[in-house]
Amino acid sequence: MRIAGPLLIAFALWYSPAQANEEIVAGLSQNRVAITADFSGSEIMIYGAVKRDAPPPGSAPLEVIVTVEGPSAPISVRRKERRAGIWVNTDEIQINRAPSFYAVASTGPMDRVLSQTEDLRHKITLFRAISAVGTKSKVEDAENFVDALIRIRSREDQFRVMEGSIQFTEQTLFRADIGLPANLTEGNYRVRLFLTRSGTVVDKIERRIFVRKEGLERILYNLSREQPLIYGILSLLIALAAGYGASAAFRLIRR
Amino acid sequence: MQIYLPIAEVSVNAFGLLGIGGGVGFLSGLFGVGGGFLITPLLFFIGIPPAIAVATGANQVVASSVSGVLAQFKRKAVDLPMGTVLLLGGLAGSTVGVWVFAALTAAGQVDLFVQLVYVLFLGFIGLTMFVESARALMRSKKTGGPIRRAHTHNWVHGLPFKMKFRASGLYISVLPPLMVGALVGFLAAIMGVGGGFIMVPAMIYLLGMPTKVVIGTSLFQIIFVTAFTTLMHAITANTVDMLLAILLIVGGVIGAQFGSVVGAKLKAEQLRILLSLLVIAVAGKIALDLLLEPQEFYSLTPGRLP
Repeated sequence: MRIAGPLLIAFALWYSPAQANEEIVAGLSQNRVAITADFSGSEIMIYGAVKRDAPPPGSAPLEVIVTVEGPSAPISVRRKERRAGIWVNTDEIQINRAPSFYAVASTGPMDRVLSQTEDLRHKITLFRAISAVGTKSKVEDAENFVDALIRIRSREDQFRVMEGSIQFTEQTLFRADIGLPANLTEGNYRVRLFLTRSGTVVDKIERRIFVRKEGLERILYNLSREQPLIYGILSLLIALAAGYGASAAFRLIRR
Repeated sequence: MQIYLPIAEVSVNAFGLLGIGGGVGFLSGLFGVGGGFLITPLLFFIGIPPAIAVATGANQVVASSVSGVLAQFKRKAVDLPMGTVLLLGGLAGSTVGVWVFAALTAAGQVDLFVQLVYVLFLGFIGLTMFVESARALMRSKKTGGPIRRAHTHNWVHGLPFKMKFRASGLYISVLPPLMVGALVGFLAAIMGVGGGFIMVPAMIYLLGMPTKVVIGTSLFQIIFVTAFTTLMHAITANTVDMLLAILLIVGGVIGAQFGSVVGAKLKAEQLRILLSLLVIAVAGKIALDLLLEPQEFYSLTPGRLP
């Protein structure tokens, strides 16, 4: 008991009631995205509410952050420099796990909604989500490379920061709309929802969106992976048939 | 109309792809080049990952070359024995080329090497062709077409293993075509293209073949080189995107037919001067990329570096 006493107090302090009684309840408009040949992006609605068993404590308002993260893959970032008059790739860094897609939406500016320490812990902002995972390099200014990755992917709409885009009604109901671009990679997309107060995370939950190729896309993709020889020969046959077909068709037209 | 490509995993405009295929196919039918040196950079430009652009570009070149060569066959403008000899040399050359390419990749800086090879070869070939055909064009305008000798006798004609190439009107040793084929195959493998733009001038200037036969013969051997390349890419790297290929091919085969119709109406000198301008333009573009300060200093390459 002598040991348990202080522990219990510490636990009670950490597990303060103000944090304990506010929870997120959330749903997704769809948890399955089918990539078909005419796929041109998809809009996901993430909605939810704050469940509480007591009136909201304190004066600081609640905030909501939603992140959507696509499957990660290693990526190399290279930098060009002028050497002997021509521009060549010189330095490079290897980022072991860069998400193919990352969106952050929030109820307000990130520096107000989230503290630095909480960001470090949960890896929420773009920069943290990427540089959190191991980078391997000999260059000194690795953060410039991470910035470049964020810049290039943002330009291609693969990374999105949508501060203040979440509607939050009566400190209870919230809704975030996140558009998935047409250039989507297949895989499981992780959706994280955070509830914060004064920059501290009060509650968080996770959901998944399953993005799969379907129909013709599925058939071609599987064939190319499982029967590459047949796939290659089929590609050639299509080329031969098309070449012959066009030639024959033109002969008919010209006659 | 946007369409999602299953292997490339990008969404692109279908009509844009048809247009690219059509434009490159037209040039392919016109000049007897496969068009690989045009289609691959164009696909990079619209955001197709490089490895997929190279492999699928090769697949499209197969189709437009078949379409083009059939049109040339009707005109009896294909020298089959010559094509076969060039092809044999080409396969040997490209085997060595693939090996060198792999060695360079392992050493890094393969991109730069490929770009430099492009600039040097395209620039050199383009300029020589341009100067030669401009001269020929001036001459024919001045005197109303003097008798042009198909080729001149030199040391080449002293070599053994002579063979008759009737369509080309040549009786020469098989060694020079074999060597030309091997050299082109080697460069083609390194540059990731069919090699028509090297083959065409080589046949005209090194072997002394008449321009009209050169186009069909070049297309004939390009079919086999690119078919081989496509298959290798599909098996080793799964980088052929069939949907992308089909769209490019539909545009390409139609373009190639128009190209060969237009080509038949043009004079040999005019054809050569146009091809040389095109080659110079591509070389110039790549040279500028190397020389000018880029807008974005950083680039992304998916995957792990060796």
